[in-house]
Amino acid sequence: MAKVLMKGNEAIGEAAIRAGCLNYFAYPITPQSEVAEYLSKRMPEAGGMFLQGESEVAVGYMLFGASGAGERVFTTSSSPGVSLMSEAISYIACAQCPVVFVNIIRGGPGLGGILPSQGDYFQATKGGGHGDYHLLVMAPDSVQEAVEMVMKAFPLAEKYRNPVMILGDGLIGQMMEPVEFPEYLSSTPTNKDEWAANGMDTRKSDKPNLVKSLFLDPKALNDRNLLLKSKYDRMKIEEVCYEAYNTDGDYQALIVSYGTMSRVCRTAIDFLKAQGIEIGMIRPQTLFPFPEEAVSKASEKQSCKIVLSIEMSMGQMVEDVKLSVLGKRPVKWYGKCGGEVPNPEEIMDVIKEHI
Amino acid sequence: MGKIFNRPEALTDAHTHYCPGCTHGVIHRLVAEVIDELGIRKRTVGIAPVGCAVLAYNYFSCDFQEAAHGRAPAMATGIKRVRPDLVVFTYQGDGDLASIGMGEIIHAANRGEKFTTIFVNNAIYGMTGGQMAPTTMPGQKTTTSPLGRDVSLTGMPIRMAELLSSLATPGYITRQTVITPKYINKTKKAIKKAFTYQMEGKCFSLVEVVSTCPTNWGMTPIEAVKWTEETLLPYFKLGEYKIPEE
Repeated sequence: MAKVLMKGNEAIGEAAIRAGCLNYFAYPITPQSEVAEYLSKRMPEAGGMFLQGESEVAVGYMLFGASGAGERVFTTSSSPGVSLMSEAISYIACAQCPVVFVNIIRGGPGLGGILPSQGDYFQATKGGGHGDYHLLVMAPDSVQEAVEMVMKAFPLAEKYRNPVMILGDGLIGQMMEPVEFPEYLSSTPTNKDEWAANGMDTRKSDKPNLVKSLFLDPKALNDRNLLLKSKYDRMKIEEVCYEAYNTDGDYQALIVSYGTMSRVCRTAIDFLKAQGIEIGMIRPQTLFPFPEEAVSKASEKQSCKIVLSIEMSMGQMVEDVKLSVLGKRPVKWYGKCGGEVPNPEEIMDVIKEHI
Repeated sequence: MGKIFNRPEALTDAHTHYCPGCTHGVIHRLVAEVIDELGIRKRTVGIAPVGCAVLAYNYFSCDFQEAAHGRAPAMATGIKRVRPDLVVFTYQGDGDLASIGMGEIIHAANRGEKFTTIFVNNAIYGMTGGQMAPTTMPGQKTTTSPLGRDVSLTGMPIRMAELLSSLATPGYITRQTVITPKYINKTKKAIKKAFTYQMEGKCFSLVEVVSTCPTNWGMTPIEAVKWTEETLLPYFKLGEYKIPEE
């Protein structure tokens, strides 16, 4: 398929349809309302279903019900909306239902602002709702990558029977870029008859299926948590994705940055290279599981004096970077999170300060 | 002599955890009998609430999902929108439906979602230990209204059947009780009607069942039936509040 120029939010909606997801429940919130606007027209055209829920709280459970009935389903929202959905996300994670969430982050906390931010890193990677659970979290740096990640998200959610979150920001959602859609993905959930409450007739079974998250017996609850943990451990082995930039030769500093912020860092690295200063970068494409090993190894390069976590948040990812580097190099944070994206000159100044 | 009274196929043989004198068991049985009579057990998905009926899935022999507090109507919406061929019912108490889940039930009813809600109203929070519910009667003592519900501070009990029947969207809304055999028969007819309207794709349907909670009311089962008759039923009047046009 030829490249088309599309707005990030609309491309995300189109990618879900092409991933074979024909069920979309959502509630409008800036800066991602265009997904619902786009899909309110496209879903019926594609033979799919769109329902605008009365709140993000309700949408969370519409997703839970639909997914629990064995159907492929997703939603899109932005920070305060995801907070409201977090209750359902905790239940969905415990009940092991595959649902895809797209969070186009805006500035917070509270109502915050409507401009790009990465302030939901903790919420996305460390839980967000109550209890011990994780989402598989992917962070695109372009409209093209957002499309690819959305299309990968559905089979991954079904492989692990776990919610998957695409963590973009207002810039990814709002900007237009040329995009080429991968081949139509026609896979369907394969194991749903074993667990989904989809009607015994549907699966020609005499045994009722039950989708639940209540385990009153402490041993049973511990076992469920161990089962969830084993999935997260498996993700850490099988699903870590990252991009290494300018790390082949020697570099004086290593940047760890993701999403929109990493694009600015890449430009800063190119400008510095022209000045004879070499800087490497690891760009996590999965935030959970975090590319610990890649960051650790890259930080060990003899020439690397410092590791910089550059984020559009007040030092959230820096904790994972520190856990990866384990004190072998100093780790510093730089960021902004009012909605303003730091420019390459600013990043160059920060780097120069530290080398 | 042949067997004339069987356990419905839609019920398991598990012993319920409900307290003596509570009518959840009766209501479960009525739902199960209706499922059997309509022959829909294998395409039915029930949704258990948070509250006394949280373990309902142990007692029904059909597929089940378990909701968070109040969110059963949103889950039912999710299931029914992606699988309109399934028969879906939620089973909710008054704390679940009339308090924390008020938004979900009103909007599901207003969208005319084609599922059925069995709403068990016993004027108190049962599972959490007898706290005040939105349906608690004026002056009724609970663990969080130890001097009796003061309506000047907490308002009057919410009448869900009346509230939901004020919506312009077509629906089947009725209030029944199961405190005596005569009422039990009427309630079963109402539940059957509710499921039938759903299966015909006609409308949202809700059967409110005024129930008893002897444990948390601090009464014997017989006193509880009497109190229901004398105190609850004059305020929560029985009847069909809304019927879809033919």
